[in-house]
Amino acid sequence: MTHHRPFVDIRHAQKCYGELEVLKDISLQVEQKQIVAIIGPSGSGKSTLLRAINDLDPLTSGEVWLDGVQVNKLLPHTQYEKHINQIRQQIGMVFQHFNLFPHLTVRENITLAPKLLKGISDDEANVLAEQQLEHVGLIDRIDYHPSQLSGGQKQRVAIARALAMKPKLMLFDEATSALDPELVEEVNQVMKMLAEEAMTMIIVTHEMGFAESVCDRVLFMDGGVVVEEGAPEVIFRNPTQERTKNFLRKHLEGVK
Amino acid sequence: MGLDFSVVPGFFDVILQGVFWTIAITVSAAVLSFFGGIFFAVIALYAPRAISWPMKGFEWLFMGTPLLLQLFLIYFGLIQIGIDLPAFVAGFVGLGLHFAVYNSELIQTAILAVDKGQMEAARTLGLSRGQALRHIVIPQAVRDVIPPIGNNMIALLKDSALVSVIGVSELTLSAQLAIGRTYRPFEFYAVVAVCYYIINLGMEAVLRRLERRVQASR
Repeated sequence: MTHHRPFVDIRHAQKCYGELEVLKDISLQVEQKQIVAIIGPSGSGKSTLLRAINDLDPLTSGEVWLDGVQVNKLLPHTQYEKHINQIRQQIGMVFQHFNLFPHLTVRENITLAPKLLKGISDDEANVLAEQQLEHVGLIDRIDYHPSQLSGGQKQRVAIARALAMKPKLMLFDEATSALDPELVEEVNQVMKMLAEEAMTMIIVTHEMGFAESVCDRVLFMDGGVVVEEGAPEVIFRNPTQERTKNFLRKHLEGVK
Repeated sequence: MGLDFSVVPGFFDVILQGVFWTIAITVSAAVLSFFGGIFFAVIALYAPRAISWPMKGFEWLFMGTPLLLQLFLIYFGLIQIGIDLPAFVAGFVGLGLHFAVYNSELIQTAILAVDKGQMEAARTLGLSRGQALRHIVIPQAVRDVIPPIGNNMIALLKDSALVSVIGVSELTLSAQLAIGRTYRPFEFYAVVAVCYYIINLGMEAVLRRLERRVQASR
């Protein structure tokens, strides 16, 4: 018997910090090339859910599958470390605060992981770094240090660094939240470009406009549950749940 | 009997030899204390208790007792259990481990101060914890503590005079040798003091250059 398993398959995800239950039985399926936005108030569990996908925040119970392989399978410690490092190479992640390596140049930031983990030569690594920086429009910054870049540039380098591992899936954890408003657009442009290149993406965001224009599906989370999900026009124009309406109304007021 | 520095040139070779051995033991012990400090820091922070607790005892031994006693213990004491180290090696190990323990304290604090996002970003790319520590966390931690580690290294240079008591013919012992033959302590101790000072200046210059290089990559 064969049955189709979604590309990303989260089943009955539960996460507790002591007494506090931050994820309550969440299931989420994402198909290849889909772009899913997760929105919701802070503390709703959206980042925790995202970070469970590459096991940065391990679930208390439930399963995460990627492309037919269980991410959080039970293994003895050393075997599990090997397994998870293998999985993580296939999942790119972009953080709110960039987390570039400040002691390395832009080039070294991009080439470190491919050199260490894929054993590519210096020449191949340089070509890779140039390609990825060309891609995000920062080839002229290749020998800069992160401290010499603007926030928007840092985030574009962080995206290039993640892409250099040729991931199957990209996770964005509030990638533009720490940026000055005038720098948000350049990062959004790069993310739109990835969308056009058919990258599978899961995006935690506060930018409703971006989510509406780029994503195939939107999840609204609150209090550790998915309150409502659907096509962006439905969630943003005709939400059915009171909590979704309240959140969107407050958010719009905040923006204005 | 006034001062007479004219006796000094006759012992030029003895003093030069002293300078050589002082630099040799300082540099080699400094290298040991640097890498030993990183090693001890990683054990203290990440090793299971079965390993990190004995380390605590070891740390106490090196921080809580006089360096002179440690040198005696390593040079004279270890012979009794069959470990007969040459004086230079005993001095190198004693000085190196003594300052490794102090460097370890600095490096531990610095490792804990590196932003957690650095480890997360490295792990997210697929690096193991060991790889992330080696390539991402430790280089940043060490970079942050170069100035205080530099201070430790200057203290190490000065404390290297202690290895004269176990017979390493470094500067202080060279001076004593010359004094034994000439009975002119002031002249030779003064000359040797100037030698220490010049080596010290050299070390500070190297440290400053290192700090500048590190600053540039911030």
